[in-house]
Amino acid sequence: MSIITMREALRQAMDEEMARDKNVILMGEEVAQYNGAYKVSQGLYDKYGEKRVIDTPITENGFAGVGIGAAMAGLRPIVEFMTFNFALQAFDQIVNNAAKMRYMSGGQFKVPIVFRGPNGPAEFLSSQHSQATQTFFAHVPGLKVVAPGTPYDAKGLLKAAIRDDNPVIFLESELMYSWEGEVPEEEYIIDIGKADVKKEGSDITIISYSKPLRYVMESAEILEKEGINVEVVDLRSIRPLDEETILNSVKKTNRCVIVDESWPFVSVASHVGWLISYKAFDYLDAPVELVTSEDVPMPYNHKLELAAQPSVDKIIKAVKKVMYI
Amino acid sequence: MINIKNYDSNLLKELLYKMILIRRFEEKAAQAYGLKKIGGFLHLYIGEEAVAVGSISNLDMTKDYVAAAYRDHGHALAAGLDPNSLMAELYGKITGCSKGKGGSMHFFDYEKHFFGGNGIVGAQIPVATGIGLKIKYNEEDGVVLCYFGDGAIHQGSFHESLNLAKIWNLPVVYICENNHYGMGTDFRRVSAIDDFSIMAESYAMKGKQVNGMDVLEVYDATKEAIEVAKSGTPYLLEAKTYRFKGHSMSDPGKYRTKEELELYKQKDPIVSFKELLIEHNVITEDDYIEMDKRCKKIAKDAAKFAEESPEPDLNELYTDLYV
Ligand SMILES: Cc1ncc(C[n+]2csc(CCOP(=O)(O)OP(=O)(O)O)c2C)c(N)n1
Repeated sequence: MSIITMREALRQAMDEEMARDKNVILMGEEVAQYNGAYKVSQGLYDKYGEKRVIDTPITENGFAGVGIGAAMAGLRPIVEFMTFNFALQAFDQIVNNAAKMRYMSGGQFKVPIVFRGPNGPAEFLSSQHSQATQTFFAHVPGLKVVAPGTPYDAKGLLKAAIRDDNPVIFLESELMYSWEGEVPEEEYIIDIGKADVKKEGSDITIISYSKPLRYVMESAEILEKEGINVEVVDLRSIRPLDEETILNSVKKTNRCVIVDESWPFVSVASHVGWLISYKAFDYLDAPVELVTSEDVPMPYNHKLELAAQPSVDKIIKAVKKVMYI
Repeated sequence: MINIKNYDSNLLKELLYKMILIRRFEEKAAQAYGLKKIGGFLHLYIGEEAVAVGSISNLDMTKDYVAAAYRDHGHALAAGLDPNSLMAELYGKITGCSKGKGGSMHFFDYEKHFFGGNGIVGAQIPVATGIGLKIKYNEEDGVVLCYFGDGAIHQGSFHESLNLAKIWNLPVVYICENNHYGMGTDFRRVSAIDDFSIMAESYAMKGKQVNGMDVLEVYDATKEAIEVAKSGTPYLLEAKTYRFKGHSMSDPGKYRTKEELELYKQKDPIVSFKELLIEHNVITEDDYIEMDKRCKKIAKDAAKFAEESPEPDLNELYTDLYV
């Protein structure tokens, strides 16, 4: 297996799917001639040309809607948002058109579109450019929401997303693009809706997804040395949510911490926490603990910025709280 | 044709001085960025100084307002914000104009009527329009100057705002700073037209294209636009300008040719205006050197102030969230 970056894994997924299906196109700001603001689409314009790799003006609501129309009519667009912060301008098209079109047309239309791009906290960018948007999208029935935590998962999930006939929100953590991981040469698909146990353990379950997964794995290693055996569940897909894997793990370990970069209030984390308390209440030896971003917009100052986010330190504290030590 | 004799010499000196101040402030900021004292995006305004200075110099900031995008250092300085507080903001310090929570893209000063600083392309345009609504509502004698790029002009927020401003007769001057590129995209690749001022016609308002490398041309055109806007018809100006640096510090700017950049550097708004003033005996070369020294010192002092200012306390994380 070769070791490649998350950025390269995503590019390979798009490349392979574009080669496989001529209906797959890529559009967005700076995706073509500039090779992508975060260089995820590097080389695709040279390979597939301007008909299939399309630069748009800065008109998020407009080009998201164009993608939706094209998808309804038979193409399979990948719409890149330069970052998901700007997807909020396209929120109307995503929520009111992409998500609802199939349902409100009585099943006549399918909307095979992927909205992808960097998401989550960045560095030194303040609150408009540094936020985790998953909860906004996860709220909406009709959308699928995916957030991989490794290059391997990113490639397999993006290929699945492109082949999916539903609108998929594909969240790539901005700071993860240069993170490396093993990715096989041969083709593989990871089904949307399947969580992954990234590490088996018996004392406590930590549930996470996307970038914080790395902090969780680091925490697990540290806790291991202290004799605490952690099981790590990576959700990978937020909607649909793999309830079975979550519940099986909690039933085994009887304790749970959920780590999520989004805000705590009505969030992905709080939903999963509710799910566990509702469906695995009798198995719990302690209340479920959440480690989320602080409930504030992201400050620019670096000290405050770091303090606003989940960290290894916070995760370890939460685990110990749940273990009553 | 512009006749320099028609202008008060103090005004002319002030225009030059403000442009130099912006240039020196940003050079200092770029240096601090290189030393990792400043993080994140730093979008420099170098090359475009004549637009902010030429237009904002018409304002009385006790009753007029400014709203800008993320390339906001020049507008903030032209509007009279304290260089120390701006540099401290870049350093993320508590003494910054946004208490270290905003950074480069989010300069604010409520008292001085500086309403941003906005990191979302086009998001300040409706906001500026709303400030215009307040002026009209209270029957005040004021105007809003709203700045945005050639990239932002395609956003729905621009079109929605112009329509509202016209049907409500709001005192807003919309200023498109056409520096030719939205990140790596030449504006001609994503625009149906190449003279944005004609978009004004769609909203039954007046538009004008001006040479944004010429501070006096911008000054005059804005003066006229403000008069029209205050009398009840908003106005759209397009200032053709050029940014000498990349989109932000991380952009090497490979999408444009060396020749093009050189061509515009020949039209440097500071150098050409300085030469004009010397030629007409408004200032001497020594006066210029003196001004430049003063500006360099202000920039240096600002960096020192920022350096020595304290970081925000950790409990600032939860301040200013709600009133
Ligand atoms: C809604 C939104 N989309 C995309 C971006 C990313 N972005 C930041 S600046 C920029 C280019 C804007 O160009 P222009 O408006 O011409 O301003 P200039 O940088 O030339 O001053 C883009 C695409 C953003 N900040 N907000």
